[in-house]
Amino acid sequence: MAHTEANPGDSGPIEEIEVRGHIVDSLLLPKILDRILQMGGTFEIRECSIGTRRIDPSRALIAVRAGTADRLDEIVGDLIEHGAWPIHPEDVRSESADVAGAFPEGFYSTTNQPTQVRIGGRWIDVSDQEMDCGITINEAESTARCLPMADVMLGMPIVVGHDGVRVLPMERPRESSPFAFMSSSVSSEKPKAVSLRGVAESIRAMRDAGKKVLLVGGPAIVHTGSAGHVARLIREGWIQTLFAGNALATHDIEQAFFNTSLGVDLEQGEAIEHGHENHLRAINTIRRIGGIRQAVERGRLTSGIMFECIRAGVDVVLAGSIRDDGPLPDVITDTLEAQRAMRAACKDVGFALLIASALHGIATGNLLPASVQVVCVDINPATVTKLADRGTFQTIGMVTDVEPFLRSLALELTGA
Amino acid sequence: MSSTRRILMCAPKHFRIEYEINPWMNRRVGSDPDESGRQWQALHDALIALGVTVELMDPVQGLPDLVFTANAGLVYRDLFVSSRFRYGERQGETPIFDRWFADHGFTVEHTPSDHHFEGAGDALFCGETLFAGYRFRSDARTMQWVGDRIGVEVLPLELVDPRYYHLDTCFCPIAPDAAIYFPGAFDEYGRSVLWDRIRSLIEVSAEEAFSFSCNAVVVGRSVVLNEGAPKLAKALERHGYRAIPLKLTEFIKAGGSAKCLTFRLDGEDAALWRSTADRSKAV
Repeated sequence: MAHTEANPGDSGPIEEIEVRGHIVDSLLLPKILDRILQMGGTFEIRECSIGTRRIDPSRALIAVRAGTADRLDEIVGDLIEHGAWPIHPEDVRSESADVAGAFPEGFYSTTNQPTQVRIGGRWIDVSDQEMDCGITINEAESTARCLPMADVMLGMPIVVGHDGVRVLPMERPRESSPFAFMSSSVSSEKPKAVSLRGVAESIRAMRDAGKKVLLVGGPAIVHTGSAGHVARLIREGWIQTLFAGNALATHDIEQAFFNTSLGVDLEQGEAIEHGHENHLRAINTIRRIGGIRQAVERGRLTSGIMFECIRAGVDVVLAGSIRDDGPLPDVITDTLEAQRAMRAACKDVGFALLIASALHGIATGNLLPASVQVVCVDINPATVTKLADRGTFQTIGMVTDVEPFLRSLALELTGA
Repeated sequence: MSSTRRILMCAPKHFRIEYEINPWMNRRVGSDPDESGRQWQALHDALIALGVTVELMDPVQGLPDLVFTANAGLVYRDLFVSSRFRYGERQGETPIFDRWFADHGFTVEHTPSDHHFEGAGDALFCGETLFAGYRFRSDARTMQWVGDRIGVEVLPLELVDPRYYHLDTCFCPIAPDAAIYFPGAFDEYGRSVLWDRIRSLIEVSAEEAFSFSCNAVVVGRSVVLNEGAPKLAKALERHGYRAIPLKLTEFIKAGGSAKCLTFRLDGEDAALWRSTADRSKAV
């Protein structure tokens, strides 16, 4: 990340408070500022007007910031005792959805950062945090959640406007962060071994914390001869969720059946005769059997990434696209349905590894809250920057060939 | 200065320790009704002897703290800003006080509904400035509201010791530029404000503050207070004041003393607006 030495005052939730009255002579203003600092917050005086005569009141508008929402509430609660007042105490506003599958005009559009809405005077965490969604609230139960546009049902209360909504910006990684090993968002010039150890440590820490590791993979994993490394990572329990398209699965199965990828012999590196048919034959075989799981159960598919996924019970979502051959019966061809399946599978993911997959990588980035660590590995720097530009700012990018990366990662994690 | 000083009192007919809303109250200790009656009468008589006109309001069954008329509200000329008590136990006093003040020619006003304000218990004029205690009973914000309403400078002072829960338990203006106070009841900011703004500050020791000696009634150069503050009495003498100690122990059991038992209807002697009001009346 670009902010390894971030000032503690430049992140965290903010609330604006107003203090008015004879705040200078009564020392209330210095006292309030001192309280903010003593309680671990920071402040910025946004406006200040001092009364000219003794009976004229003064007024100060102060932005108070703290590391966490709870700490901010504590500080603001204390300041209220001294006569300060939050200036945006409004509850969130909502309108009933008047059209299914669309938000009301003026809807609040979410980011991937932790967000709260104010219901009945209390700040409530928005669940299922995801960017480019709306927020639906349940006032009776004081709950709120992110809602994709396509899932809007008639009459759902949808948040409109910005009043009563606050975003709690993520703390930028500090030097103690597992990602402190890289200080620029796209890294092609860094020592790879160091970077790789950092990724491995993060994956280990995530597994220890009971969170899932998600792999989003493109077909280059197979083309570059890395399927074996990924298969080993899955076999040894380092990956719990896999997102891919038709291509990764097809090439993986083609390799398992024919030891080729798009007809290229993976050991010789040469195209073999009629090899271009292999991927279609592989798809055809699976379609005839009914699906990947059936192929594994019947002993037809006995190696590779998909085989290991079935054996290890990995949550697999294959999302289709217009140029898919076949596709495999397991591929979800309804885009909205695929999004829903991916959204559901993203829950409890703590670490996402996006490998050589521009479209699926960006799609997944859109679904993940900013709290999920993301590492994007691609030979093309544009893929990595595109992901960050679309809002998945927490991404750490590594520009490298995926085979050496996956080989080293498998070695680091499995020790084999 | 006005020749007739008017003070509102309420006889302790129903005064008891029926609940505990400050650290002084203890229902198991209770108070002696005969003794409280005698002590109250002695205060009443002492004020009459000082030339004060004492107005009496009727005690009301079920409102034991109605004797503490200082907490009725704040008077500024003919405006009465009614208290909005923090504790439900005392909220029943408000309509009684409101009626009395309305019946006696005052315009009655209330602070906004969510603003706690306990009148002359927490808001005391010293010169042109209203010194205002906050945290335990009144809100800092309310004090600013009151200052805006009557057009005076308000200096909120945070009270930090729950035993001194009202400003009048630890601070007593005796002249427009002089006051007695107990420093331990304030934080550093509050003490700085008092040092900065009041020319002559008489410091009360912790021991004498504990006998409620700051809760005093000032009538001209006389200061009526609970007995047990010989050092303060001497200090007052040096400043040209005479201390009149009385036994008010029964009321201290409820967290009040001489000042709490009285409400100055024509404004405290230390309030400068009082003398300007007199001058305008004289014209």
